[in-house]
Amino acid sequence: MSYRLGIDVGGTNTDAVIIDNELNVISKAKHPTTTDVSTGIYNVINKVLNGCDLCNTDIEYAMLGTTHCANAIVERKNLNNIAIVRIGKPATQAVKPLIDWPEELKNAIGGYSFLVSGGHEYDGEEIAELDEEEIRNIAKEIKGKVSSIAITSVFSPVNDEFEERAKEILNEELEDVSFSLSNEIGSIGLVERENATILNAAVVNAAEEAVRAFKKALKSHGIEAKKYFGQNDGTLMSVDYALQYPILTIASGPTNSIRGAASLAGLEEGIVVDVGGTTTDIGALQKGFPRESAISVEIGGVKTNFRMPDLITLGLGGGSIVNNQENGIKIGPESVGYRITEESLIFGGETLTATDISVAKKISEIGDPSNVKDLENDLVERAHEKIVSMVEEGIDRMKTSPQALPTALVGGGSVLLPQELKGVSEVYKPNNFEVANAIGVAIAQVSGEIEKIFNIDEIPRDKALDKAKDMAREEAIEAGADPDTIEIVNVEDVPLAYLPGNATRISVKAAGQLRH
Amino acid sequence: MREIGKEELNDIAVGAAVLGTGGGGDPYIGKLMAIQAVEEYGPITLLDPDELNDDDLILPGAMMGAPTVLVEKVPSGDEVFNAFESLENYLGEEVKATMPIEAGGVNSMIPFALAARMGIPVVDADGMGRAFPELQMVTFTIYGASATPMALADEKGNNLILNTIDNKWTEDLARGATVTMGGSVMIANYPLSGEKVKEAGIKNIVTFAEEIGRAIRTAKNKKTDPVKALKEVTGGFPLFEGKVVDIKRKTKGGFARGEAEIEGINSYNGQTLTLNFQNEHLVAKVDEEVIASVPDLITVHDKETGQPITTEGMKYGNRVLVMGIPCTDKWRCEKGLELVGPKYFGYDIEYTPIEELASKKGSE
Repeated sequence: MSYRLGIDVGGTNTDAVIIDNELNVISKAKHPTTTDVSTGIYNVINKVLNGCDLCNTDIEYAMLGTTHCANAIVERKNLNNIAIVRIGKPATQAVKPLIDWPEELKNAIGGYSFLVSGGHEYDGEEIAELDEEEIRNIAKEIKGKVSSIAITSVFSPVNDEFEERAKEILNEELEDVSFSLSNEIGSIGLVERENATILNAAVVNAAEEAVRAFKKALKSHGIEAKKYFGQNDGTLMSVDYALQYPILTIASGPTNSIRGAASLAGLEEGIVVDVGGTTTDIGALQKGFPRESAISVEIGGVKTNFRMPDLITLGLGGGSIVNNQENGIKIGPESVGYRITEESLIFGGETLTATDISVAKKISEIGDPSNVKDLENDLVERAHEKIVSMVEEGIDRMKTSPQALPTALVGGGSVLLPQELKGVSEVYKPNNFEVANAIGVAIAQVSGEIEKIFNIDEIPRDKALDKAKDMAREEAIEAGADPDTIEIVNVEDVPLAYLPGNATRISVKAAGQLRH
Repeated sequence: MREIGKEELNDIAVGAAVLGTGGGGDPYIGKLMAIQAVEEYGPITLLDPDELNDDDLILPGAMMGAPTVLVEKVPSGDEVFNAFESLENYLGEEVKATMPIEAGGVNSMIPFALAARMGIPVVDADGMGRAFPELQMVTFTIYGASATPMALADEKGNNLILNTIDNKWTEDLARGATVTMGGSVMIANYPLSGEKVKEAGIKNIVTFAEEIGRAIRTAKNKKTDPVKALKEVTGGFPLFEGKVVDIKRKTKGGFARGEAEIEGINSYNGQTLTLNFQNEHLVAKVDEEVIASVPDLITVHDKETGQPITTEGMKYGNRVLVMGIPCTDKWRCEKGLELVGPKYFGYDIEYTPIEELASKKGSE
């Protein structure tokens, strides 16, 4: 029998589960996320191993899901100070970088944005030469001021030469900066691809922290398992891949908890509410998987061209700070996060949090209830009402008709919520609800994805599709999937206008269970 | 006369995507251009066509070329300005206002970006009442207006003026130039008198787009049924509900042609709808029977939100609502159908207005 260790690092808690081949939960544990994420992961592994009679060598796979990158964007915290370099002048000036971005997020990533000469036409020919002097001048201006750079050039998915060259020049002049190149992140559609690239650049810090912590913690326990990261679509990716493309982990937390919740509650259709320490994610279930958004998805208020689950994220969690203001109660988005065990009232701290309200309201029993018995009844009622109405509104927004739907509440912060909610036919609080994320990532499949341009005039479409599917299947097998369980989960083919030979971009994704 | 700001632009953009009937390009990039221009130069005035004097010179502005190129090689903002200036100089007359040629898709927005920058109003009218793939496919052609003199300009600073013998020639020459200039250019064409706009234009189409956009937004905010809202605001007919099971696309002569197959759900269970498109949706058939065709509008929406889905954005597994919306009466004449009827697009079908097809279906 081989076992999998699934770990989910949330803003507040780090959860872990060990499951067996048949996906049964053998052990589960929860530990506050620590300032140095590593200790939290180390401790939770300790706990989860202690909770069963397995030893470190029994663990064959270790999967990490983390909402680090998503939290960084929602809270506008721990984001890299970045520089945006768009290669596109004289074109593209009619829509400047960041035009559609929320003010605070713009401010959080710093004000370095450059539009330089260059870019390609649709056929890969230059529109204008790359002005290398301009790039060197940028390097002088941002030296020592930024840690990550997002480079986007017009038609880089067709010709990546200018992005690569700009990176080379900047790399000569600057030290210790990460590069995010748009051609590696998105496809045609300058603004959305640039947005995604900027976000990728901004969350590099958060991702590095998570990876370091994961490796270190496993090593300290002598676990030599194969390591994976959970990604947006609910499948797994390698650690190296995750470091380069941290943006692909951005929705893994909610995705994993939706998958975990579906499995725990035995729901195929309905709503999942995952309340963490800092944020609440609300998603919809379709056949046990997160409903995918049909339209381009906004991350932190920014339009990108990702394939993402359809989600609403609220700045509400167990650690959310409760403020009694003149114009009403305000809950979050600021959160004490992992410091909840020091700062919240029930743990002897000074800050009124959402969890304090739930204890005062006697919905949950955590910490020392006597610390909140003197809270004004009116304040508790109003704060509780506010929390419930925030979630009810979120559920309502995810629904597609007024019809009441079954709803699974998961995540450690779900203790904030009562047993009945407006617009919900039945509230499920399944067993192991507090570790749904970790279960979701532990049961995740592995996938293989290919994207290739086929010349349909030479190879007929059917044959090209078959070939692409075979290639994706191969990739999935290489990534560790059991060949007998592989299914093609996504097929897309889009002809590229104006290219000779009826060139068509075909992308295929195949996914299957981990091979034992 | 009224003012158009950011909020109005947002609603118009959504409505324009519906009127784009799957094509016309995603208005998003045009909307960002218009918003940036409004931020830099201030709000825009929208004029009712009846407010025009008969001898006013109106010059429509638009983009021409592949929308996929436009969204990647975003304009500099100077192109349409250059096209306007050179045509204004050529005509030797001051332009009173601009207007959209096509209210569907990205071209609904270009005149607003231009108007903000030039400080001129936009007229609430267009020449299609929707989106069409070719330049001569405007009601102005039926009424004898010429597309030329016409100006084309690219982001590199090139611009040219065309004078042609008919609007089909304009289309062919301009299409060739567009490819040479990089696949996406800005144009100013169909210089019209105020009198002609009133006679040949489709009046209040911008306001119509805005109402559609507002209806979809309101349905979302108030959690009411988007299908019902769409039906009410457009006077259209829900044709089908289903799941996209296959899409074949081919790029031919600069146009994305293709076919989508939609498997029926709910009351359409067991039926299959086939959509034929060339940038825009042209013909909808259920089990070989035509249920809608150009020039009527065939629109595809996300079943849950009512948001329009483009032919490019359509993916396997999308749950969609297909609607048929009657086109302007101006198209429903011999000349109009010659320009934009199913036969022009290569389908051997007699055009029957959507109202008749729908009532026939209803009585079956």
